[in-house]
Amino acid sequence: VSSSSSSSLNAEKVDGFPRRSMRRARQRRSHSSSQFRYQSSQVELTPLPLLKDAPVAELHDLFCKKLQQCCVLFDFLDCVADLKGKEIKRAALNELVESVATSRGVLIEPLYPEAIKMISVNIFRTLPPSENPDFDPEEDEPTLEASWPHLQLVYEFFLRFLESPDFQPSMAKRYVDQKFVLQLLELFDSEDPREREYLKTILHRVYGKLLGLRAYIRKQINNIFLRFIYETEHFNGVAELLEILGSIINGFALPLKSEHKQFLVRVLIPLHTAKSLSIFHAQLAYCVVQFMEKDATVTEYIIRGLLKYWPKTCTQKEVMFLGEIEEILDVIEPSQFIRVQEPLFKQIAACISSPHFQVAERALYFWNNEYILSLIEENCQVILPLVFGTLYRVSKEHWNQTIVSLIYNVLKTFMEMNSKLFDDLTASYKVEKQKELKRERERAELWRSLEEQQERRLQSLGEASRNQKNLQEREKNSKNEPENSAANAT
Amino acid sequence: ARLRAEVLNCPSMAGADGDDSLYPIAVLIDELRNEDVQLRLNSIKKLSTIALALGVERTRTELLPFLTDTIYDEDEVLLALAEQLGNFTMLVGGPEYVHCLLPPLESLATVEETVVRDKAVESLRKISHEHSPVDLEVHFEPLVKRLASGDWFTSRTSACGLFSVCYPRVSSTVKAEIRQHFRNLCSDDTPMVRRAAASKLGEFAKVLELEYVKSDIISLFTALASDEQDSVRLLAVEACVSIATLLPQEDLETLVMPTLRQAAEDKSWRVRYMVADKFSELQKAVGPEITKNDLVPAFQNLLKDCEAEVRAAAANKVKEFCENLPEDSRETIIMTHILPCVKELVSDTNQHVKSALASVIMGLSTILGKDNTIEHLLPLFLAQLKDECPEVRLNIISNLDCVNEVIGIRQLSQSLLPAIVELAEDAKWRVRLAIIEYMPLLAGQLGVEFFDEKLNSLCMAWLVDHVYAIREAATCNLTKLVEKFGAEWAQNTIVPKVLGMANDPNYLHRMTTLFCINALSEACGQEITTKHMLPVVLKMSNDQVANVRFNVAKSLQKIGPVLDSNCLQTEVKPVLEKLAADQDIDVKYFAQEAISVLALA
Repeated sequence: VSSSSSSSLNAEKVDGFPRRSMRRARQRRSHSSSQFRYQSSQVELTPLPLLKDAPVAELHDLFCKKLQQCCVLFDFLDCVADLKGKEIKRAALNELVESVATSRGVLIEPLYPEAIKMISVNIFRTLPPSENPDFDPEEDEPTLEASWPHLQLVYEFFLRFLESPDFQPSMAKRYVDQKFVLQLLELFDSEDPREREYLKTILHRVYGKLLGLRAYIRKQINNIFLRFIYETEHFNGVAELLEILGSIINGFALPLKSEHKQFLVRVLIPLHTAKSLSIFHAQLAYCVVQFMEKDATVTEYIIRGLLKYWPKTCTQKEVMFLGEIEEILDVIEPSQFIRVQEPLFKQIAACISSPHFQVAERALYFWNNEYILSLIEENCQVILPLVFGTLYRVSKEHWNQTIVSLIYNVLKTFMEMNSKLFDDLTASYKVEKQKELKRERERAELWRSLEEQQERRLQSLGEASRNQKNLQEREKNSKNEPENSAANAT
Repeated sequence: ARLRAEVLNCPSMAGADGDDSLYPIAVLIDELRNEDVQLRLNSIKKLSTIALALGVERTRTELLPFLTDTIYDEDEVLLALAEQLGNFTMLVGGPEYVHCLLPPLESLATVEETVVRDKAVESLRKISHEHSPVDLEVHFEPLVKRLASGDWFTSRTSACGLFSVCYPRVSSTVKAEIRQHFRNLCSDDTPMVRRAAASKLGEFAKVLELEYVKSDIISLFTALASDEQDSVRLLAVEACVSIATLLPQEDLETLVMPTLRQAAEDKSWRVRYMVADKFSELQKAVGPEITKNDLVPAFQNLLKDCEAEVRAAAANKVKEFCENLPEDSRETIIMTHILPCVKELVSDTNQHVKSALASVIMGLSTILGKDNTIEHLLPLFLAQLKDECPEVRLNIISNLDCVNEVIGIRQLSQSLLPAIVELAEDAKWRVRLAIIEYMPLLAGQLGVEFFDEKLNSLCMAWLVDHVYAIREAATCNLTKLVEKFGAEWAQNTIVPKVLGMANDPNYLHRMTTLFCINALSEACGQEITTKHMLPVVLKMSNDQVANVRFNVAKSLQKIGPVLDSNCLQTEVKPVLEKLAADQDIDVKYFAQEAISVLALA
């Protein structure tokens, strides 16, 4: 703080105006989970004997007692409250982790409900409101979970529990059920990246070991994504969930079920519209490419989907889209390429003419990719006419010299590919331009006459209704008049 | 292109014959299909023009089928289409044919993008009223049923918004079906659909017969209010208001209150927030008896909630809640139950909570009357006036008028002054700006003497603030003060100080003099302007900074109307002519403009 205030003093000296509004360095904050009404009668914990000293006969009983002891929750916002109790719980958790990880034969059936209960009590909680409502994961420091010293050990225990060679899915599935999984998924919204990292590994293990939950997990992830896309635009764990999905997709059987295709088309592709795409784009693109590698016939859906959601104003996202398109083209089958080349290269041409040089540059880099170049060469007859006009125009107009020279290289490549076509297009460029202008004028003319006609119609409609009104009024008047005159007469 | 050429020759001919429907639909559809999205969008936005050109019959038989078949486009185009179709009844031939619009709107109601879907539902709701009862059963209601049993969640979500518009106008068998569909959607397995259903629960309840409200709606309400997802539960709270309004008082306790109590203690703060946010509505809906017995303790809990969000929402409702308490026990309840919580909130750890409270707390004084205000509320106001967060202090100051009515502002002036001075010098210019805006109000309530003694120097200090927005606001503030205290006061207190700045070494301050004169001349009147202000302005025409000189020209233009014509001719004109020959192009420009506006040429 002192250094920042002295530097602002210096700044004051320079221009005479104090910079008081300088942003204060943000402190790392932590918050506690939204535990509504802490248990008011806090249980006093007393240390139990160590697990490693326990006779075999009493081991399970002691293990169970330790699990129960760990169900007591502590207030971590008050960092000096009940230090003794916190330490006892920490030590017990450490022992439990150690025991599950190293010794065999500990996990017997009666321990499952106790273990899952301990985990549920500790990790399932309503996440607190974000302290920073405009939290930007790229810019801001996340708010960290205050109770992490205990929470981490609970997660560690859960993970070791799932990974233990003694772990029996048939016993676990009674306690790790749909409701449990749903609550687990909600936790992915945690702002604390350490927590999400644990959750990712844990969910992955659950998916791997409890086969009966797989379809349910996929469905609930779908729901989370759909809510994120169409309702809230806010969910912290999208990247982690996509990472899990990446490996799930990898394991899909062929031919792809329609459920999975639907997931691709209706969930993964629309995810590209999110404002915060940059945070999970790498994982998303990986999922998309995984789908293509599984089944090439989904290529067309993917490309057309991306084109539909192509960013209109955000150039940073446009660059990401172009990156993803290149990843896709890297593995595309030539037969699929032919199906999408037309709309795709129209979009690429539009990117090349972007005034933002990074967008134009990213698009032009496609021509440095040998595989893409070979695809372009094979389909030069189709692609060159699509992009020629743009290349020709932008080479003369773009403000950025790097872009201009990149375009010259691309034009040169095309010239070498098919000089005849290139010459033809150069020769007809002006004529095409003229034609385009003519079409434009014709359109304007069409709309002008349409609107004139509308005017006339509305006018005649108005006249008709006026006439009708007049008529009605005249009738009314003629009815009234005799009465009036009668009244006058009397 | 051939078709197009043909069309382009048509209009003149068509106009002459009086036959307007000669446009081949292909050309128009070409426009709707244009490759360029922007052009396509433009065409869709003028869809009514196209329909008019085609006439009602071809709109029905050709245009609408085309629109229905080709709905795969950019969401922006679809949105425009969904909106247009809501106003299309006359273009398809009136209410008799309005059902022709259903197929394209049905497709639009199933698309992914929420904005498009909502617009399609809005249009469907609109045209539902134009259906005859028979058409409603033959065409509209089957559409609702199809949507309600659609495969993908989007169509089911859209269906939720359509039940309430057709229910009142269909036969009782169809009504029974509609209720069944609504029940199904309330227990749909996607949370998106349950959320949509929950958000329409109140609206649907309103059109149902009371017996079905009791038998159907209550069970749905109870189920949604205990949904596994908090995003669904909180929507049930909203519905609670409408439902409680519909039921007779004696049923509320058994049918609504258990659920409402549970919501007020929900484990998710989002649900509790919703309860706090809707508290006044809930209070009105359940009536005074339940309020006394149930809502008072619930409100106390919300004011003490562990989440700041909830406390802030509840704090916002303190005044409204107290106002709506039954008169016979209002004061007791406030004094014994509410005020202790309010006292705690004054020193809350969260500034949003404190500032929410500060924005309403002054309103309590009118409810509690003079004695209670002085004894109990005044200490709280004073504490908030000293709060470390400027927003809290501002909120108190901005509501001073409520207290003024009850106890007079003088009671506060001792604490008010330090608070105002501190805000006036706050590091954030937006805070300084906000306090300036309250100056005329404060001046009015504190009186001229107090003002001259304590606040005048602040107002003058703002004129030389380093942020332009503050200097500008300070100028504007002076005008308002003069309007309040009169020209004589201005001449004695403000004008000398303003004119003094004309000799300041900083040209920005010299310009401030001109801006003040612009603002004050009218309020001060001809005499002061001519005698005191004009000479200073004229003298500044020799300033070495061009910005000052062209502002002199602008000022002369501005104050010209206040001066008499003789003065204009003899004093102003020569100076403007001199400036019009200035070497600086801007000075010349504004001088010439002033000459022409004042007609001195």
